[in-house]
Amino acid sequence: MIRNAWADLRQYPSAIIGLLIVILLVAMAIYTLATIPYGEAIRLWRGGEDIWQDYPRTASPEWTNFFRNKKLPSTVLLDSRQGHGSKVVEPRGALTEITIEFPFNFQADDFPQELAIFFYATFAQKQPHVEMTWLTPDGREIRIGEYSPRGRDSYRFEGDSRLARRLRNVPAQQALFTVPDSDPPVPLKGTYTLRLSALVFEENGDLDAKFIAYGKVSGLAGTDHRRRDLMVAILWGTPIALAFGLLAALGTTVTTMFIAAFGVWFGGLIDAIIQRITEIVLILPVLPILIMVGTFYSRSIWVILGVVILLSIFGSAIKSYRAIFLQVKESPYIEAARAYGAGNLRIIGRYLTPRVIPLLIPQLVVLIPSYVFLEASLAVLGLGDPVLPTWGKVIDDAFRNGALFNGYYYWVLQPAALLIVTGLGFAMVGFALDRVFNPRLRGL
Amino acid sequence: MAEVSLSSQSQLAPPLTRRPGWKTTLRVLRYSAVRLVALFATVVVGVYLTILIANMGGYVDEIKKAQIREGVSLAVSMDPANRALTPTQRNELIEGLVQVEVKRLGLDQPFLLRSFALLTDALTLNLGRTNYLTSDSGSKLVRMVILERLPPTLVLFATANLFLFFFSIFVALRLSRNYGNFADRLVIALAPTSAAPGWFYGIFLILIFSAFLGWLPFGGMVDTPPPADRLRYAWSVLRHMILPVSAITLSAIFLTIYNWRTFFLIYSSEDYVDMAKAKGLPGRIVERRYILRPTLPTIITNFALLVIGLWTGAIILETVFNWPGLGRLLYQAIGLFDTPIIVGSTVIYAYLLAITVFILDFIYALVDPRVRVGEGGGR
Repeated sequence: MIRNAWADLRQYPSAIIGLLIVILLVAMAIYTLATIPYGEAIRLWRGGEDIWQDYPRTASPEWTNFFRNKKLPSTVLLDSRQGHGSKVVEPRGALTEITIEFPFNFQADDFPQELAIFFYATFAQKQPHVEMTWLTPDGREIRIGEYSPRGRDSYRFEGDSRLARRLRNVPAQQALFTVPDSDPPVPLKGTYTLRLSALVFEENGDLDAKFIAYGKVSGLAGTDHRRRDLMVAILWGTPIALAFGLLAALGTTVTTMFIAAFGVWFGGLIDAIIQRITEIVLILPVLPILIMVGTFYSRSIWVILGVVILLSIFGSAIKSYRAIFLQVKESPYIEAARAYGAGNLRIIGRYLTPRVIPLLIPQLVVLIPSYVFLEASLAVLGLGDPVLPTWGKVIDDAFRNGALFNGYYYWVLQPAALLIVTGLGFAMVGFALDRVFNPRLRGL
Repeated sequence: MAEVSLSSQSQLAPPLTRRPGWKTTLRVLRYSAVRLVALFATVVVGVYLTILIANMGGYVDEIKKAQIREGVSLAVSMDPANRALTPTQRNELIEGLVQVEVKRLGLDQPFLLRSFALLTDALTLNLGRTNYLTSDSGSKLVRMVILERLPPTLVLFATANLFLFFFSIFVALRLSRNYGNFADRLVIALAPTSAAPGWFYGIFLILIFSAFLGWLPFGGMVDTPPPADRLRYAWSVLRHMILPVSAITLSAIFLTIYNWRTFFLIYSSEDYVDMAKAKGLPGRIVERRYILRPTLPTIITNFALLVIGLWTGAIILETVFNWPGLGRLLYQAIGLFDTPIIVGSTVIYAYLLAITVFILDFIYALVDPRVRVGEGGGR
């Protein structure tokens, strides 16, 4: 029967597309699990500036530049510890002079988001003294300022009020990159150099620096308001969505089927109780209860999954399964099974339940996306899993930070697109399966 | 209870009457009475479960007691009249005041007993006072807060559902008449888009029509400040309704059309339809008498499921669109741990659901002559 079903299924182009999507998603999930382990994903997603300081805030994905006339800059990161730029160490009597130069090519049509230098100074008593100079492609030299870093220290251009005064209150990342006297300001393209001349006062003292010109595009997925690379959430959302959808759909349909079968087979009081429970559950407001569980008890995705299954076991599907089982129960082959002495469980497992499998499979597949969206819904209400990155949580973050008002469309669109692709993939397969397994729909 | 007496009356009545019409009416009455009792019982159990969950199995009482103790201690220590008291006396005073307050709120009783009191309060719609939220008119009565939020929810969903219902039937009938054409295939291809819920389409609609094009408002129900003129007010509400109604419609329409078209097709392949066509009956009559009538119960059941589904989906849709309805209220209340509103809101939901189910049951019984009311509710 399964082989026939496959042959039938191939007749539907939508089913093929849907299957391809599902296979792709599964591959993506496996890739994610292989490259970023569970613990690592949580560590990355919970991490703050210490992990993400090299990334810009709310930067669009790099590929969006492909559709733009004015190309946005990507992040420039130069680290003297990694051998970027040049570092010259010259002893001057008791002192040491260290000159670090960071030349970089700038070709974007827009200004960077912000500029920062991270210093890594080694000293025992006296801090080194750094003089920072900016060299533009057209040969101008702009004094940025002086700084005495304390060990690991950072200097942010925007936070320097003296520099701001010198630049006539134009933000540094704009003033330093503008074509002189252009209005509106146009970025000057070419090779810029940041020169750091440091005086180290101690014999064993040393200084290294990392210069970052934060861009407005970053990575394949962009970043959020906490500088986190959205790729982590996009990737990790896949296995979570699939696992949640699949487990919830399997858990509810299969247990529902067995409960209906038990009820019909044993009949009487058991059947009546199951019927009454079903009616009560039908009237229970599922979403509010889920929200309450999320607010009052636990927001862990696995607890929510358990509650979802618990609430859906006695769903309306019990009624339709029951109707089928009532018919099947009277079939001669069941009587034959009884005659050869088959036990209750054997009859339920081997003879009764297999009869609804064709009905169950399409339902299971169609249910998966609805549970995937349920997880996203809860996340949008702020009840997403507190530690795990999911698509729904990304959408929630985006909404909380006014992504639509501020024009960070990628932030909402990427997880939303993945959600809809997942939903469509499973729904297409499910609809085709429904038409294959359901003889009344064939040819319609 | 009224329902019970009604059902016992109807059990006695049939032998006295001979007219079949009267008998049917009685049967319908008895059937609905039994249904009403059963539904009420399910509402009771459902609401009781909600009360247990919303009070965290009695844990909320502990929180309340701790709050009372804190408040009383603060009041006693701040009062200059109590400055002369020794610490023991002060503690006794605090203890006494706490006991009085706990007794006043009935918190000295075990939670099991209190839960039944809460249940009767909830079921009689004696919903009490809110913890934090107030209605726009300033009332802290849960009933007032909820009543204020009910109309927006009803306006939004009645509009969306009615449109969805009639439009889908109309289109589905046309498609089933000449199935296999381009429009039909398009609907089949688009049916899987209903996998996404309404709020999800809402995000996209806001993105396109509010953020990008700037034609329609981002959310809310009326402009701020609300226009004083009635006509202008209605126009403003209408403008705000376009996006949420479209979102609800988009998320359900293709699947609904697909389902109904399929049902119509199954029924129009019956022999009696071929017979009617062979007799030369006009298409409209065939459609009305031989296709629409037997499928009516199914259509109505589908509609019921749609209504119930949309009602539960309203929480997120209203949140996304900032619509001041019941769903949004519930969301706010949960965020503020406002238990009375959660329970009150849930009771309203349960009642609305039960009433919907009951009315549909009743209509179902009226529409389908094959449903033999009163003969065992089992199947």
